Order: sequence, then C-alpha cells, then structure tokens
Amino acid sequence: MVDLNVKIHDLELKNPVMTASGTSGFAEELTDFYDVGQLGAVLLKGTTLKNRDGNPYPRMAETASGMLNAVGLQNKGIDYFIENIYPRIKEYNTPLIVNVNGSTVEEYIEVTEKVNELDKIPAIELNISCPNVKEGGMSFGISCPSAEAVTREVRRVYDKTLIVKLSPNVTDITEIAKAVEGQGADSVSLVNTFLGMAIDSEKRIPLLSTVTGGLSGPAIKPIALRMVWQVYNAVKIPVIGMGGIMNAADAIEFLLAGATAVQVGTAIFKDPFIPVKIITGIEEYLTRHKMQSVNELIGCLQM
Amino acid sequence: MSKKFVEDFKVAENIALNSSNFLIKLVSPKKLPDIKPGQFVNIEVKNSDEIFLRRPFSIFEIDYQKNTLSLIIKILGRGSKKLTELKAGDTVNLVYPLGKSFTIPQSDDRILLIGGGSGVAPMLFLAKESGLNRENVDILLGARSREDHVDASEYSKYGNLHFTTEDGSFGEKGFVIHHSVFQQINSYSKVYTCGPDAMMRAVAKTAKDEDIFCEVSLENLMACGFGVCLCCIEPTQKGNLCVCTEGPVFNIKELKW
Repeated sequence: MVDLNVKIHDLELKNPVMTASGTSGFAEELTDFYDVGQLGAVLLKGTTLKNRDGNPYPRMAETASGMLNAVGLQNKGIDYFIENIYPRIKEYNTPLIVNVNGSTVEEYIEVTEKVNELDKIPAIELNISCPNVKEGGMSFGISCPSAEAVTREVRRVYDKTLIVKLSPNVTDITEIAKAVEGQGADSVSLVNTFLGMAIDSEKRIPLLSTVTGGLSGPAIKPIALRMVWQVYNAVKIPVIGMGGIMNAADAIEFLLAGATAVQVGTAIFKDPFIPVKIITGIEEYLTRHKMQSVNELIGCLQM
Repeated sequence: MSKKFVEDFKVAENIALNSSNFLIKLVSPKKLPDIKPGQFVNIEVKNSDEIFLRRPFSIFEIDYQKNTLSLIIKILGRGSKKLTELKAGDTVNLVYPLGKSFTIPQSDDRILLIGGGSGVAPMLFLAKESGLNRENVDILLGARSREDHVDASEYSKYGNLHFTTEDGSFGEKGFVIHHSVFQQINSYSKVYTCGPDAMMRAVAKTAKDEDIFCEVSLENLMACGFGVCLCCIEPTQKGNLCVCTEGPVFNIKELKW
C-alpha cells in the first residue's frame, strides 16, 4: 500500500488531489456522484462579504482544448454560507477550504474573520487572482505591494492555514509568490485562469458578455506547469499546482515540477469523476515505479 | 440533490429523421434510474480537438425494459454535427439524469404542448407520460417547412397532433402562436413549451397575459450540467439561477420574461 499523504503547512491531506474553487460548488454537488471523502480537499466556490449576482449571460465560451469563463464570483455572501451551506457540508470527511474574495482589503479581512470561527474549515485560499470582477480580485494579485498588503492584513486575523491563489497574468509570478511568502502565506496555489477572449466572426460580436474572461483547461497546462516549476524554485512554502490537469499523468507532472498537491478544475465539467480517477492513477504510478510515498515525486524532476 | 451518473452507453441505432434531425437510441449496461420528461443528458463528443465540452440534450424516450434512452439531435453546431455521425455499436459517455422535469399534469388538466426544433423531444415525452386521455392533450409542433418536421404520428395515441410551417407546406401556415389551437389557449389549464427562444417567449407572453400556467424549458449554454460552473444562469425572480439544476424547466412566473 503506497502512502498518498501530503502536508500543506498544518493541513494534512489524505492525498494530493483537491478540486479547484469554482469547479466543484460547495462539495455537495459532487456527492450526487460519489463520496467526497475520497478527495484530498475541496476548495469551495469563491465567497465574498455580500451577495454577488455575477456577470450577465453569456459567461462561457468553448475554445480549443479549453474554455473561457466570466462568472464573476456569483455567490450569496459569507453570512448565507455560514447559516445555510456550512451546516449541510461540515461533516464531509475531507478538508473544506473557503476561497476568500473581496473588492477591498477590509472585505477580505471581514470574510476571513468570519471563516476563522468555523471549526470545520481548516484553511482558506485567498483569491487575489479572479480576472472577472471589476473591483478587487486580480487587481490585488498583479502587483507586489497590493499582494503583500492584502496577505499581511489577512494573516493578522487568521491563525489557520493560509493559501494565496496567484494570477498568471503577470510578468514574473515568482515576484508575487515571494511577496506573499514574505507576509506570512503558508502556501501558494497557482495558476488561476489566463485572461483571454473569443469572438464570433460571423456575427462580429464577443462571445462573453464581459468581452474578456478567464481561460482554463488543457490549453493552459504547459504555461501553468512552467509557472509552478518557477515558483517552486523561488519559495520555501508548499506550492499547490493547477491548470489544465485532466488525468493522473498531468497531475504527476505538476508534482514533479514541485507542487505538493494539485487542484483539478475544468476537468470536472467534462467528468466529475476525474479527481477520483487521478487519485487511483497516482497510486498505480507509485506502485508501478516501486515508490512508497507520493512525497518521493514532489519536486523530483530529473535534470 | 439527486443521484446522478457518468456512464458509457452503446449506440443501438442512429436514424436520420430528416435533413437536420437524428434519432439516437442508446443502451445502458445498467438498469436506468427513474427519468422524467424535461430532464436531460450531457454527452461527451469524442475524437475532436476543438470540442472540449459535453453537449446537453433533452431526453426523448425511455424504455425501462430494454434500458434504452433516446434523444433527438438537431444539428446546430460542430458538437451536434459530430454526434449525428455516431454509428450503431459506438460508445458514448453520458452524465445523467440532469435537471428538473416538467410538472406532471393532474387528472383533471387539459394541456397544450408546444414544441419547435429539438424541443419536440421533451414535449412528446411529456405527452406520453402525462397520464391523461388523448382528448385532453393537444400537441402543437412548429417548423420552417414540411421537411423540417419529424414524424410524430405515433404520438397521436397520446394527444391530438397539430402542425404549423412558416411556408404553409404542412399544417397551418405561420408560427405556433398563429395556430388555431393556440387561439384557444384559454381552454387549457396547463401550457408547456420547448424550442427556440423566440418561440417560447411568444408563447410565454400570451400565457402570462391570459394568466395560464405555463412552463418553458430553457437551453442556455452550459459547461458542467450539474450546478458547479455557474455558466448557464438565467435571471429569475430569485436572482441568477442555474438552468442545469434549478431548470431547465421554469414556470414563466419565475422568469423575468
């Protein structure tokens, strides 16, 4: 029996496969298919202080080997989550991680303080990389001073595992990673979606109501993998890798590039069982290569 | 929330109904779960670099004895086109059953079912499952021309069939809202519709003006089909709702139409 356990700061995971925020709802949607207790962790849908309706329809466009989305953080706000959703999901046998969003530093702090009170939420993912909101979101994640400021302020009010989710829409992602590490981030997760665009040439109109949106899926995997590799070599905190992971081989590539854990996102839209299949696939890989622990893979790219 | 499955089906047959509509019958290796009219499947389109996401289709027919599920696929784009090329014996992967069904009529209801395009499929399914005597069921199907209509004659045992064509080549000339049975909309206790957006909006407007119960089945673009991507939203009285989980069937009173 191989050992799949990994550790992200204080957070112990039974395996390195998480589902990405915005692709697995509040975990309960996945329970219509299987027991979410099999997953390493579930990143819950991005949550803000107040209700957000998100962007107008259409919010999605299929592209070559991927898709664009412009959901815009539709959610009912942190209080609704705490009162209505949290009681239903808190007994799931997997770590549930809240993806925290805000338009201002104060909003990030207020949401974090509320989440800090929830016993069954062992970590937050600070989202400073949403490309689909007019205020806040990615604007915090594309400059070192603003990424530092929001991380520092959130760190002050949060005593559990703090993961910061980084945007790939920057000149040098390692600078942002080092900046948030310097302010007390326990881990970084990367990458969020790439800002992209699609046009209907016949109608001469953009396919998204917001014109631009976030690109995800296998189309972005090589770039995401490169960024994980760069960040792994630049920081000491654990890296959580994501971007176009569709199968176990993809996930193992991210582990080899230095990710301690991975998040599976857009693949879930194709098949909600993919995260579970990846766990089995990693197990088989370790057995086949006569390895005892998944930790033998992390950052072990042969050069 | 209800149990959903991801499963490989075998194509039993794929029949061209006319130039743009195909009837695809799929066999499940397992016993089918209970499936109601209005629910849909999300099908994987294989062997295509440019088609990344699944394609949603309303369920047309179910045979619980033979474990078959049939769909009417109308060619609308590259995904549906590719699916119509499926051959008997091919394997297709389905996420199903998805969405909420139409409200099943009560025994004293008199219903009007209005279908257009691939929206004909759930209307005929509902006619079959309505549990009503055929004299209390009117089925009104609209298409551009005679050759765009699918043969629905088998469904005359479940309701009275009526047709419109835009060019007058079959049934009454005009859109469904111009048909003589639609002019009698007040004689129905429930009206159901599925088809092109413009058709459903026209039906809904009259039903709303006349204050008649009316359900529509929406076809918003979607990625996942089970409520996690939040892409297929429809603005409603309760805010933006996912068509895939809160719909695809909506009472028109819930919508902002």
